[in-house]
Amino acid sequence: MGLLIKSKKNIHEKVKGMKIIVCVKHVPDTAANIKVVGDNGFDESVKFVMNPYDEYAVEEAVRTVQQNGGEVVAVSVGKQNAVNTVRSALAVGADRGILVKTDAQFLDSATTALALKAVIEQDGMPDLIFTGKQSVDSEGMQTHYRLAAKMGLPVATDVVAFSMTNGNVVVECEMGGGDREVIEMSRPCVIAATKGLNEPRYPKLPDILKAKKKPLVEMNLDDLGLGTLPESAAVTSLTQVKERGAATMMTGTVKEMVEDLVNRLENDAKVL
Amino acid sequence: MSNIGVLIEMDGQEIKASNYGVLTAACSGGNAVALVFTENGEAIKNDLERFGAGKIVTMSATNPVQKAKLMAAVVKEFNLRALLGLSSARGRDLLARCACILDAPLALDAIQIDLADGMVVKSHFSGKTTAIIQLSGDTLHVGLRPNVIEAVEKPVSAELIPFTAETGDSDGLKILEVKKGGTGTIDLTEAEIIITGGRPMDSAENFKILHACAKVLPGAVGASRAAVDAGFAPHSMQVGQTGKTVSPKLYIGCGLSGSVQHFAGMKTSRVIVGINTDKDAPIFGKCDYGIVGDLFEVVPALTEVLNKNR
Ligand SMILES: Cc1cc2nc3c(=O)[nH]c(=O)nc-3n(C[C@H](O)[C@H](O)[C@H](O)COP(=O)(O)OP(=O)(O)OC[C@H]3O[C@@H](n4cnc5c(N)ncnc54)[C@H](O)[C@@H]3O)c2cc1C
Ligand SMILES: Nc1ncnc2c1ncn2[C@@H]1O[C@H](COP(=O)(O)O)[C@@H](O)[C@H]1O
Repeated sequence: MGLLIKSKKNIHEKVKGMKIIVCVKHVPDTAANIKVVGDNGFDESVKFVMNPYDEYAVEEAVRTVQQNGGEVVAVSVGKQNAVNTVRSALAVGADRGILVKTDAQFLDSATTALALKAVIEQDGMPDLIFTGKQSVDSEGMQTHYRLAAKMGLPVATDVVAFSMTNGNVVVECEMGGGDREVIEMSRPCVIAATKGLNEPRYPKLPDILKAKKKPLVEMNLDDLGLGTLPESAAVTSLTQVKERGAATMMTGTVKEMVEDLVNRLENDAKVL
Repeated sequence: MSNIGVLIEMDGQEIKASNYGVLTAACSGGNAVALVFTENGEAIKNDLERFGAGKIVTMSATNPVQKAKLMAAVVKEFNLRALLGLSSARGRDLLARCACILDAPLALDAIQIDLADGMVVKSHFSGKTTAIIQLSGDTLHVGLRPNVIEAVEKPVSAELIPFTAETGDSDGLKILEVKKGGTGTIDLTEAEIIITGGRPMDSAENFKILHACAKVLPGAVGASRAAVDAGFAPHSMQVGQTGKTVSPKLYIGCGLSGSVQHFAGMKTSRVIVGINTDKDAPIFGKCDYGIVGDLFEVVPALTEVLNKNR
């Protein structure tokens, strides 16, 4: 039983082969110290990088185009500095970049998805859209679903294996407990990558230089004509998580330490 | 009082124990309506009644797209003010699909919820901060991290309501098969106790001392990225920023340095124990109990003491 293939043909005929969109977010490095500023802001002078899960998305998109021909277009919605993340995607093999500029780091996922949809449709319908499964700053885990729903496309998340057969896409998704679900989707579709999908390459210096010459278009969110958008999830406050203090250390022989520990876990902490 | 839906997750024929905390959360905000994909509602009725589900809506579907369409239809039919569930792989997927059908607000991996004000608390920046999120819109969709809300019994008698609705086709998505992980152990994100091995485990073979300990605890076994990257454990066992986020009652880290990225995935554990040969290892600066020692001596000793106590 074959899948119903949607009649959304690639209208971007100039390029031979596949056209793949990859969505990349510019986020603070996970090793950075986050200092909360005001109620819901943070000190943004820290190092920013491409969202780690999006690296798997870019790598898979680039490999797929290397095998099938075509082009990879990296799209980001973010502040002006997010241009660096678009450039990083170009440095590891994306062909073109688009940055939609906003002035907020935390944009409502539905708004982000509408912005992505608008630029993607403006640019011409792709064959595939790759994203990460989650951004490491807001940890929303939903932009790919929102984008897919707004574009009327199938979506799968936590993807650790990707292949194409008979024009359809087959992915394997991590389901917890080591289980994987094998899913077939018609094209175009949205594929949200996670660790395990591939080993992202590191850019070499000549690639970084070449990336500077690749086409990169910038536009403002306001220019997309999305109108005023209701916010459905707003970050009203951020609070630094207090680290636990120094541990209570056990002393004595291994046996004594372990007995003391078990005793404390049972009677003080009551977790055994 | 408004109706609050709870998507119940099954583990084979049984209800996953972590659902009961979600039911408790729902009861704090209104009348709990359980949504379950099962052929046999009678079999789970008693369990759900014990934790306050006054209505049990049973549905049947296997495709996630069709499941989500059914859930969205239930939201409308029962005028649900919120739909809660577990932020497990399955729960996240279905809640997200349903929220997108309804264009409803969605917060996943929440660690606290206030249904009266429509607010949730969740982690931001890999656990370095928490954020209060104000949700607005018709049906709040919230996935709760397993085990963050203690289940409280609230016996009621429930009405069993089989539900069907027209769901159309599956919109170009088909499940071909489910490949079993084959571990047969407790799912990490569900476990109440986790024992994790780091780089010094040194081989896949050596993880058996952790499995032996996990068996008596009882709990699940995790691994650091260093151990996963070295091939000692599968990625499905990885805890941390690029692995699983877990929140057990007790987390025992064996041979972990205490990296920021590892802690991103487990720092909300209630009690953390560190076992490390280096008394200056960073983990001792951010856990509750510490043992300076060789994990290959300490872990078997721990297993032995636990065995004796049981
Ligand atoms: C973007 C990014 C994402 C990442 N995501 C993750 C993630 O999801 N999960 C994760 O775990 N890491 C992640 N990391 C890696 C992380 O930074 C650390 O490198 C990693 O967690 C270290 O693993 P470890 O503690 O097992 O090993 P190490 O840092 O090597 O520490 C080993 C510790 O074991 C002690 N030791 C040695 N021998 C013994 C013994 N016999 N008995 C007891 N103790 C002993 C040592 O003193 C040392 O403290 C990520 C890194 C990056 C950059
Ligand atoms: N502002 C953005 N610009 C481009 N892609 C984004 C943006 N926000 C989220 N995404 C994509 O959506 C995925 C999931 O993000 P999130 O829903 O924020 O966890 C990320 O891994 C990105 O691939």
